[in-house]
This record gives sequence, structure tokens and C-alpha cells, in this order.
Amino acid sequence: MSGARLKIGFAGPLVSVQDGGRMGRMRFGVPESGAMDRLALAAANTALGNAPGAAGIEVSRGGLTLSCSEGAVTLAIAGGGFIVEAAGGPLGSWHILTLREGERLVIRPGPWGSWCYVAFAGALQAGDWLGSASTHALSGLGGGVIRTGQAIEIAEAQIRPVLEGPIPCPVIARPRHTARVVLGPQDRFFGAEAVEAFLSARYTLSDAYDRMGVRLSGPALVPEAALGIPSEAILRGSVQVAGDGVPVVLLADHQTTGGYPKIATVVDADLDGFAQLRPRDAVRFSAIPPAEAVALARHRARARQDYLAALGRATARRGG
Amino acid sequence: MADPAFRPVAEHALLVEFGSEISDAAHEAVLRLDGALAAAPFPGFREAIPAYVNLLVDFDPLETDHAAAEAALRALLGAKAGPRPDPAVREVLACYEGDLAPDLPALAELCGMSVEAVIAAHLAGDYRVFMYGFAPGYAYLAGVPEAIRQPRKPAPVRGIPAGSLIVAGAQCLVTTLTMPTGWWVIGRSPTPILTGDPDRPFLFDVGDKVIFRRVGRDDFARAEGKA
Repeated sequence: MSGARLKIGFAGPLVSVQDGGRMGRMRFGVPESGAMDRLALAAANTALGNAPGAAGIEVSRGGLTLSCSEGAVTLAIAGGGFIVEAAGGPLGSWHILTLREGERLVIRPGPWGSWCYVAFAGALQAGDWLGSASTHALSGLGGGVIRTGQAIEIAEAQIRPVLEGPIPCPVIARPRHTARVVLGPQDRFFGAEAVEAFLSARYTLSDAYDRMGVRLSGPALVPEAALGIPSEAILRGSVQVAGDGVPVVLLADHQTTGGYPKIATVVDADLDGFAQLRPRDAVRFSAIPPAEAVALARHRARARQDYLAALGRATARRGG
Repeated sequence: MADPAFRPVAEHALLVEFGSEISDAAHEAVLRLDGALAAAPFPGFREAIPAYVNLLVDFDPLETDHAAAEAALRALLGAKAGPRPDPAVREVLACYEGDLAPDLPALAELCGMSVEAVIAAHLAGDYRVFMYGFAPGYAYLAGVPEAIRQPRKPAPVRGIPAGSLIVAGAQCLVTTLTMPTGWWVIGRSPTPILTGDPDRPFLFDVGDKVIFRRVGRDDFARAEGKA
């Protein structure tokens, strides 16, 4: 075991270090951050035998090119349908490979998906804030944004040829074109017609899509009551409607409070898949009662657990 | 306080709302429930986020659900409330000099007061931390005196440095990031709100009382050097 050193040849915008997130500090203005697609990061880590929330690199549609300047390391790539170029030829995302000194890895957008993750058999050396390496976009606190020209160190880098090969991409990792929501907490501010429009319209994601959230394009939802409310908590998944009536879905690096009404909240089970949509992709919102949303969360947690447990067993069988 | 409204938020939270308009009574009720919950969290409780008139209570849907969480919160609301402990008092240094306070002259003119009178009024305010929001460590303090309350500027100004002491309406805030703001920049504080102390990473808790202490340019530089 030794270290590996990686040199970033090119990093698109919004490429950053992320882990399982920084929980429990929203009362201090700190959202959870972490991977936009938490399942994909967990898959990459689990396939290597790492803890599911270990720190990795989140790659945006801007893409990432890196080369190994020292040592060697086995790494796992999961999330979206990206194109991966490495020594062995072109691959899809959802693959484990080993990068050796002098070799180059290119990750660029492929047929689908907005986010892809690179996890390492070893420890990605990155800054930490409040116990998490997740990078908070607005402040830059955490492991940090990955920039062209920078070097990345992997401590205790391991070479695990037995693990090399594809990682199964489960159905639950696909993009979600129907996002289930629980209406509220301010749906009452909107007339029945506006709520109906929200639930029946086809929206598309706009280009205003970053780690804080995504603005949608589609019918404007004009509230009947005054737009401003005393500022209150916002969550990942909140569908906030600002003055222009355009809904915005808040995501991993969301503001923790705000004064615009929220017509609905996307259930957590659908957020990873929602985040994998791209600008101009269509999405519809379907309302479910709170109790059904709880049942869905439990069902989804079991599916996620079963998938990750199977990945973990496969890794262990190969001597991982 | 009348019975609060419980509004489900996705599958993992309840918004407990004590009113729709900002009032001391509503915020007091928020702080009471927040304190009671911290002292006796229900199974599955994850975190609570206090704001002006409501408390968002986040829970793990694998362990509990909206109905059970609501029942637990109603039990806390129904329990006989003891007196709330006196709020902690936090001191924040403030330098109101020259280029650190670019909007002070304009604000003074709008208020029809001298710059010194605005500073004196700001120092005399009775500040409480109402909530955090926007970004890590952005603690919204209410209590700016009537005489110096002005709505925010028509357009935000970019690149306002971290540590800026800004006011708008009844609110006051010490920024933690370099950001655009439409609030009036009336000074700069060398007191870190993000403390860097892992045991107490944020200077304030919601509900704390805040006192500003005026420092001159030299003391500002010295304090900033230490921070």
C-alpha cells in the first residue's frame, strides 16, 4: 500500500469533492450537501468495499480528465450514462478500473445523466468541514471544487485487479421523469387551478441547474395570496415558487431558509433520479398522500439496501 | 398561544406553525418547542430548524411517520412549560470606520441623523438571533431600533466582504461569505461567526441575545489578526 497522485488535466464547472453529506446543521444555515445522486456515490464506494458515504469526486456534465502522475489506484465510476475513456478503451460509467502511472482517464457526458462519481480504493485526501468532505457550493467549505491543474492525493492507494469490471446499474439509479411530491406546506396559497396545473403540466428543466437547485420551464403558478411569507426552513426537494410564478426545485446545496411559498416537496426517494435529469428533459409531478410517501421511503430504502448489499457481497466474494 | 398547525413536508418532516405573521409570541412558542424537543427528542427525530413563526421538525421515515411525530410534538406542547432559561449573551465587535462602513453616510442621510447618531442607535439595539438562513453562519438578528430602519437598497451590490455588518428594516446580520447584498453595509466585524471550534462551530444559538461593542480601526485590525 502506498499513495497515488492524480493530476487534473481538465475539470468542468461544478466538479467537486462530495461524500454522504453534512447532516443535522440546517438550524445553522448549513444544508446537507453531499452527492446529488447519493445512490450512485454509494454504489461506487460499496463496489470497492468502502463505506457508502466515503468521499469521492462528483463529476458534472462538464466532464473530467485526470492522469496518474505517481503510483497506481483502483477506482470505481458510477452514476448516469457517462462515457469513460481509459487505457483499455471506451467504457460506460458503472465500471471499476485501475489507473497506473502515466495513464489517463476521461469522463464525459454520454447518453443520459447529469452526475457521475469516482470513488477510490484508498482515501481521497480532501479538506473537511464539520466532519464532512462534501463541498458546499456557495461557500466552498468542505473538500473543495476540483479545478484544472490541481493535484489529488490518494492515501493508502490499493491496486485491486480482481475487482475490475462492470458494476451493475440498477433500475432505481435511472433518471426519474415523474417525481412524486407531497403537496405543501404552502399549497393553500395557490388556487385549485394552479395546483392542478402544477400536477398536470409537463415541465422541463432549464439551464439554470446547479447544486443549489434547478429552475423549471413550464406554466407559471401564480399564487392567490401574497407571495412573501416570514422566512422559514427549506428542504432538499422543496418546490419553491418565486415572484415570476416559475417553480424551482431545491437540491443538495439549497438555502436553508427562504420567504417564497412552496407548493410541494419532492419525496426523498425520487431526488437522486430527479437530479440525473438534464436541462430540457421533461418531468411531471404526481401528488401522493404523506402516509404513502412514508411507505414509499421504506420500500425504496429496502431496494437500495438490497442492491448495495448484493454489490458488497460480490466485492467480498472476489476477495475485496 | 393557540394550537399550532401541523403541515406535512414530504415523507420526512412536519412544519409546526404558530402563526402566519411575525410576532414575539409566535417566535417565543417556536423557541419553547425547539428547547423541549432538544431536551426530549422522540424516536426517529433528526433535526429541528427554527424560523420566525414556525419550527420545521425533520424525522427519519424509516423509524416514525407524520402521525407519530405529531403526537410526540403535541405531548411536548401540552407539558407544563417551565420558565425558559435566560438567553446567552454574545458579544460581537463592530468597527464603523471609513471604508469598512461604505453605506453609513447614505443611511444617516435617509434617517435624517448624523453618522454618530446612527452608530449610537445601532449599538443601543436589543438584538436576538431569530434564525439562521441563506448560507452557513448567516444569523438573522432582529432588534434594529426604529430610528434607523430602512428598507433594503433597490439593487444589490456585489462583492460585499465576509464580516460585513449589514442592516435592512428591523434586521441586522454579520456576513460570513463575500456575497452580493442589498442591505446597508454599516461596518465590519472581526468576530468570527464560523468559529473554527469543532465543539462550538457557530457563535450563536437561535434565541441568543447579541451585544455589539464598538472598536476603532486599530482594535479591529488587531482582533482580525487574532481571529
